[in-house]
Amino acid sequence: MPFIPHTSDDVRAMLAAIGAPDLDTLFEEIPSALRVGELPALPEALNELQVTRLMEARAADYPRPLCFLGAGAYEHHIPAAVWEIVGRGEFYSAYTPYQPEASQGTLQVLYEYQSMMAGLTGLAVSNASLYDGASALAEALLMAVRANRKSKSKRILIPRALHPLYRRTVHAIVHNQGIELVEVPYDPTGGHTPVEALAPYAGQDFAALVIPQPNFFGVLEEVDALTDWAHQHNALAVAVVNPTALAILKPPGEWGDAGADIACGDGQPLGSPLSSGGPYFGFLCCRREWVRQMPGRLVGRTVDLDGKTGFTLTLQAREQHIRRSKATSNICTNQGLMVTAATLYLSLLGPRGLEQVAAACHANTRVLVEQLTQVPGVSRVFDRPVFHETVLRLPRPASEVLDGLLARGILGGFDLNDDYPELGHALLVCATETREEADLRRYAAALAEIA
Amino acid sequence: MLIFDQSRPGRQAVIPAIAPDDALSDLPASLRRRRAAPLPEVSELQAVRHYTRLSQKNFSIDTHFYPLGSCTMKYNPRVCHRLASLPGLLARHPLAPEGISQGFLTCLHELQEMLREVTGMQAVSLTPMAGAQGEFAGMAMIRAYHVSRGDHARREVLVPDAAHGTNPATAIMCGFTVREIPTDAAGDVDLTALRQAVGPQTAGLMLTNPSTLGVFERNIAEIAAIVHQAGGLLYYDGANLNAILGKARPGDMGFDVMHMNLHKTFATPHGGGGPGAGPVAANARLAPFLPIPIVGKESERYRWLSETDRPQSIGRLSAFMGNAGVILRAYVYARLLGRAGMGRVAEFSTLNANYLLAELMKTGFDAAFPQRRASHEFIITLKRQAKTLGVTAMDFAKRLLDLGFHAPTTYFPLLVPECLLIEPTETECKEELDGFVAAMRQIQQEAESSPEQVQGAPHHRPVRRLDEVRAARDMDLAWRPVES
Repeated sequence: MPFIPHTSDDVRAMLAAIGAPDLDTLFEEIPSALRVGELPALPEALNELQVTRLMEARAADYPRPLCFLGAGAYEHHIPAAVWEIVGRGEFYSAYTPYQPEASQGTLQVLYEYQSMMAGLTGLAVSNASLYDGASALAEALLMAVRANRKSKSKRILIPRALHPLYRRTVHAIVHNQGIELVEVPYDPTGGHTPVEALAPYAGQDFAALVIPQPNFFGVLEEVDALTDWAHQHNALAVAVVNPTALAILKPPGEWGDAGADIACGDGQPLGSPLSSGGPYFGFLCCRREWVRQMPGRLVGRTVDLDGKTGFTLTLQAREQHIRRSKATSNICTNQGLMVTAATLYLSLLGPRGLEQVAAACHANTRVLVEQLTQVPGVSRVFDRPVFHETVLRLPRPASEVLDGLLARGILGGFDLNDDYPELGHALLVCATETREEADLRRYAAALAEIA
Repeated sequence: MLIFDQSRPGRQAVIPAIAPDDALSDLPASLRRRRAAPLPEVSELQAVRHYTRLSQKNFSIDTHFYPLGSCTMKYNPRVCHRLASLPGLLARHPLAPEGISQGFLTCLHELQEMLREVTGMQAVSLTPMAGAQGEFAGMAMIRAYHVSRGDHARREVLVPDAAHGTNPATAIMCGFTVREIPTDAAGDVDLTALRQAVGPQTAGLMLTNPSTLGVFERNIAEIAAIVHQAGGLLYYDGANLNAILGKARPGDMGFDVMHMNLHKTFATPHGGGGPGAGPVAANARLAPFLPIPIVGKESERYRWLSETDRPQSIGRLSAFMGNAGVILRAYVYARLLGRAGMGRVAEFSTLNANYLLAELMKTGFDAAFPQRRASHEFIITLKRQAKTLGVTAMDFAKRLLDLGFHAPTTYFPLLVPECLLIEPTETECKEELDGFVAAMRQIQQEAESSPEQVQGAPHHRPVRRLDEVRAARDMDLAWRPVES
């Protein structure tokens, strides 16, 4: 029997030890009316060879087009050593480190991860991760409402230039707690969220201002001015950042005069494959003063009975298994395995390697834009600096162009029409370090044929 | 030693990309990072060796029996990992068009259908990224249902005192208040208390069945009737679905909505604490409120169902499709089990639990509910040992680590003193269970003859018991470079 080791002798001996005549007797406390027989809609079992053939055929449906699509999930090269080590059974098949003496491996990895994320964001504290970037932002905003004692409101300023799927996710998670998201418009020329756009809200009470860097259009925001505006108006500054970009961009902890209060985002670029959207991980960092309002696991360094250094889950009084209805969140796990991958990834790249990735992404996107805008009718929509993603205006609807590109083996980008109809025929494109010069030329040639 | 302690300036394991020198010339200085990020600078071998050695400090299913109650630490089949990691699945962008994603969408749709059948529910959404998020989805659906009917008074959720901490925490996140319902001496929900608690303010009841006490809630039909007659709904916490898989279905028991933990029942890895997956299933009444995206099927083609198709949906809980890679692992596992295999999961996990309980009782341990049949897990209480020998459940747990067994869940559920919640799962063989009984017998003998041996455990792990008070006081949560 797959995965079940019992021989018929075992079953007999075990039933005898229990004093039960047969397996069915073990279910005697379930009322007979609630018992089910065979479930006809379930398929017959496959063996390993059969299921392998099935899955290979299913996987082959995806032709692996040349990818210029980002929009929150980015194709990066992952060094081979990352998943060779993460896939070890001792990491893969362990659970939450409730018994620290038998989990020092996982705990130390999490401590090192927290250290790396705190360093990248320039903030004092990182938790051990949340589910993904969008849900991490939701948790960050719930945290901001709890933490901000200067504000009595449950209102949050959230830029329209923030990822639309993040905005929808955040709404779904926080609205039952009476939190209101107020949308701030972007500048139609720059694609950024200028401080002037916040002027109408100056007299009102907000718990937090969300500051994406870069924003969904790839555009870099004036983070110093936005952070200072938030603090001048008694709102917390909540950064949503791309972790690769942090190698070259000013970390949230240094934004403005006082630094952002909370930083979050999706850790996928740090060693998680695209994998249809997950598993990725969300990261959440904050200033030390907000740590007790933080949701999720936290690992601390301490000593054992002999004074030897060790690691353990700490500040658990914030968490559901201790505090129940008074917990900071219902979350009880993190994305441990993905965070292990991120820790390996950052160790192998180091500060310079991550910088090289970020610089190569940025350079590739610049070249891509230069080449694509040579095509008649194709132009940049916004004039401000970007990280590794940008918006192009097309002479025809983006959906038609994307279909044409796909027929030529190219995943051309994200059609902005549904979320930003005001931009006209607009396409969000991205070129990471995985794209070579020939790839960029191939895209430009294909676009010239179609557009 | 930390990875940072091995760092030397100028060392680099991997050169991931080459960028031209002027690559960043168009970025204004005011937006640039001034000092390099404080990341370690090590060689590839140093990193590989460091993390391999760290992995060896872990207990895991692959290395140790891991009878952690309520966590279903069963074997994670390697084939599930390999097939979910096929290049065509791993490389798929979450926003790739449906036309080139039919293989992936087929897997998801078929898993939705299989989960529908084993739960007895009407529809399934796979998107929640953990059990707790599945709970959130279910309770948000109950909220949305009452609101859709203009029934705004239903703001109170009933939760048994034996429930997981996530249950009350989830209810709060969904904007409800929480009222606890006591458990009677036999381990069932106290029906008298339940009858008194329900009313026009009742939004619903959250229940795990079999409960966290390791017994099947025998009065479930009556409980469902009481809650439904009061206008409330029933939420099934699928933490213990392994116990009844293919034998009984929450949908038949009267539950309206539920979540499953794929990382428990469907053998996906726990990964040191995630990623998991917590699909949510609902009956016809609550199906319209399921979170998106869901995979729909129309004339042999699969497509995402979004807000437009499902206007009453509670919305989306992740930027994309939740933990898709975990869902694919569960799909492969479900296909390997097939129709006959599902019921075997319940049969042999229940057999293992009842055998282990019987053997421990013969050895002299006290069952918390000796008159009841165990489900896939059970509780022993060490109240007697704590009182007479000064050796607690925590001491037993720590000594088990020395003897090569991961500890069971300790001090949960809260209402049984000095308890160990033990769940062996169906993938353990009889010899492993006998070894665990022998270890428990040895610890009992030590507790009687040399209690300090148990109280001071573990003695043979990388660290001894840790100073948790100091951890919380010092809050050393991150390594920091020495300022130069």
